[in-house]
Amino acid sequence: MMWKTAAFSGWGRLPYGTSQATRPERFGQLRAAVTGSGAGTLIARGLGRSYGDCAVNEGGRLVLTERLDRIVSFDAGTGDVVVEAGISLRSLLDIFLPRGFMVPVCPGTAYVTVGGAIANDVHGKNHEKDGAFGAHVRWFELMLASGEIVRASRDSDTALFDATVGGIGLTGFIVTACLRLARIPSNALIVRERPVPDLDALLAKLHEEASATYSVAWFDALASDGSLGRGIVETATVSPTNIQVKPRKPKSLPVTPPSLVLNSISVRAFNALYRARVPANGREKLLDYDRFLFPLDSVLGWNRMYGKRGFRQFQSIVPAAALVPLLERIGRSRAGSFLAVLKAMGPAGTGMLSFPTAGYVVALDFPNKSGIVELLSDLERITLEHGGRVYLAKDSCLSAQGFAAMYPRLPEFLDVLERVDPKRRLGSNMSRRLGIRGGTP
Amino acid sequence: MTMSRWLILGATSPIAREFARLAAAQGAEIVLAGRDLEDMERSAADIRVRSDRTVSVVEFDALDMASHEAFARRVDEEGEGTLGVFVAFGFMPSQTEIDAAPELGAHVISANFTGAVSILQWLKPVLEKRKGVVVVLGSVAGDRGRASNYTYGSAKAGLHTFLQGLRIVLDRAGVRVINIKPGFIDTSMSWGSVKDGPLMATPRALAERALKLADGKGAGESYFPWFWFFIMTIIKSVPYRIFRKLPI
Repeated sequence: MMWKTAAFSGWGRLPYGTSQATRPERFGQLRAAVTGSGAGTLIARGLGRSYGDCAVNEGGRLVLTERLDRIVSFDAGTGDVVVEAGISLRSLLDIFLPRGFMVPVCPGTAYVTVGGAIANDVHGKNHEKDGAFGAHVRWFELMLASGEIVRASRDSDTALFDATVGGIGLTGFIVTACLRLARIPSNALIVRERPVPDLDALLAKLHEEASATYSVAWFDALASDGSLGRGIVETATVSPTNIQVKPRKPKSLPVTPPSLVLNSISVRAFNALYRARVPANGREKLLDYDRFLFPLDSVLGWNRMYGKRGFRQFQSIVPAAALVPLLERIGRSRAGSFLAVLKAMGPAGTGMLSFPTAGYVVALDFPNKSGIVELLSDLERITLEHGGRVYLAKDSCLSAQGFAAMYPRLPEFLDVLERVDPKRRLGSNMSRRLGIRGGTP
Repeated sequence: MTMSRWLILGATSPIAREFARLAAAQGAEIVLAGRDLEDMERSAADIRVRSDRTVSVVEFDALDMASHEAFARRVDEEGEGTLGVFVAFGFMPSQTEIDAAPELGAHVISANFTGAVSILQWLKPVLEKRKGVVVVLGSVAGDRGRASNYTYGSAKAGLHTFLQGLRIVLDRAGVRVINIKPGFIDTSMSWGSVKDGPLMATPRALAERALKLADGKGAGESYFPWFWFFIMTIIKSVPYRIFRKLPI
């Protein structure tokens, strides 16, 4: 097995030390990578879109899954597709959208692997209607740390299934997974955008539009007092008719700008322009799925926008009562960037460490500068006080105590780990930071 | 001109896999040939779902030259119409590994050169009969022997020379012979030995280039990506007394 030493980070580009990494190209090489000996713990890494450290393993080993990206079978009758875990949602959409099938749950980027989507139990703008990614997974085959391959589904080894969905890779390596794709009537969505002056109006509008398949709000994280929570509510329903779709040609960010470029003045200006795009009485347009779901995919490597120091994302789900204190604390910091999102969520799925649950999800980026860790720790406290939880896929700061309090099914999860990985061969920076089974890299 | 069938030799490499996907998307039947049957069956299933084309898997070992005659006969018997042959197999241990296990030296020559000559020699009459195109992955390493990689480089140099002659002979029968000399491609071959950077190209990009050349009218040698032409022109022209001191 070929291993190389390199530094890997999350999408937030925070600096981390090196690990050993290998990238199996053939099925047989995966087992060799998993069962072979070497320094430290092992963890799978897909396309590196998790923001923090769940696919970072300083001093340990990473198994990069992106080259095992094949489709094993597809049943056009049921929509069931069986794939290797390294395939990206981008590839699945390229292949199946033209055939009238949609990946039923997509996060904000299509550049994630199916394995990563399961391990983080990702959700999308349709969570209220369709649940999280794991809800559409019928079964998967998991390679345990021992090299043994076990199949888990809702009917067989349910505990392992529920530990793996949202389990940030700690149960093993997903080899293949079966997803049920959704049949869609057209390639387009009817998208409505409505400006809202404050938080009450924003929540009222989200509530009013509860019948829409997709719904999300953008809010101005720098607004305060009377305009706290002002923003745009965006909803979408499926269009009965197709539209002509020009293929997207993503551009790359040509240079990494200095960290100073994003400051409260430039973000304020951007937010004003962003709000001004939408007329006071709103607007409606037809958009293809790709452009609606993945607006940021038109700029490859946009994460470099935050400069060399990288950035941290805060994302949590809280009850409505926590929104004002959260948004006020964020507004006071004047550190929030323009990608601030608020959305109503549906009920929780079955994953033991799955993030999505009923409430309101708030997400935004902060350039990684002084005071941010303190800010995030305040936001963690507010979240916890209201019985909310922080999203591990985005997290780089959560405390072990906070984590245990937010995820009450942790003991069940640890029981499964004790069974499937008794020698504690799997681990990541995140698992160590959160005190999951403790140990050294 | 698109081929009615592509025979992919060394089909488990990521370059070959991407090439097979692209060729099938154009409408060609695909024959995946290599040693790892289990893995090739997975690739075959993948291509069938993606393009709904006929894909078959056959065992092929470049080093088992005694089997090449029968292999070529089978290719001849199964199917008709134009035939594309993509030669993608290769083996590149580091020079240090070869020095530590000297028997690897001859093995590298067989896996990259002799094996390719053997199968192309047997396939030659089939190609002359069926018409088509041969696309071979050479290497920039074959342009000049370097301290860090000369055994592999010498095998590729031999292959380049063989293809130059084969090109003339097959051209007379209406078969084009294309030799692509890739620089750094992001595969397990370069994993850990070449740093990521602007010189690194993806297997997908190389596969696209290879298929584009196959679909075109030309034959001959080319570098991939194109800028290696300039890099190799310089490397070939550096005087020995300077070249010997370069850390390459």
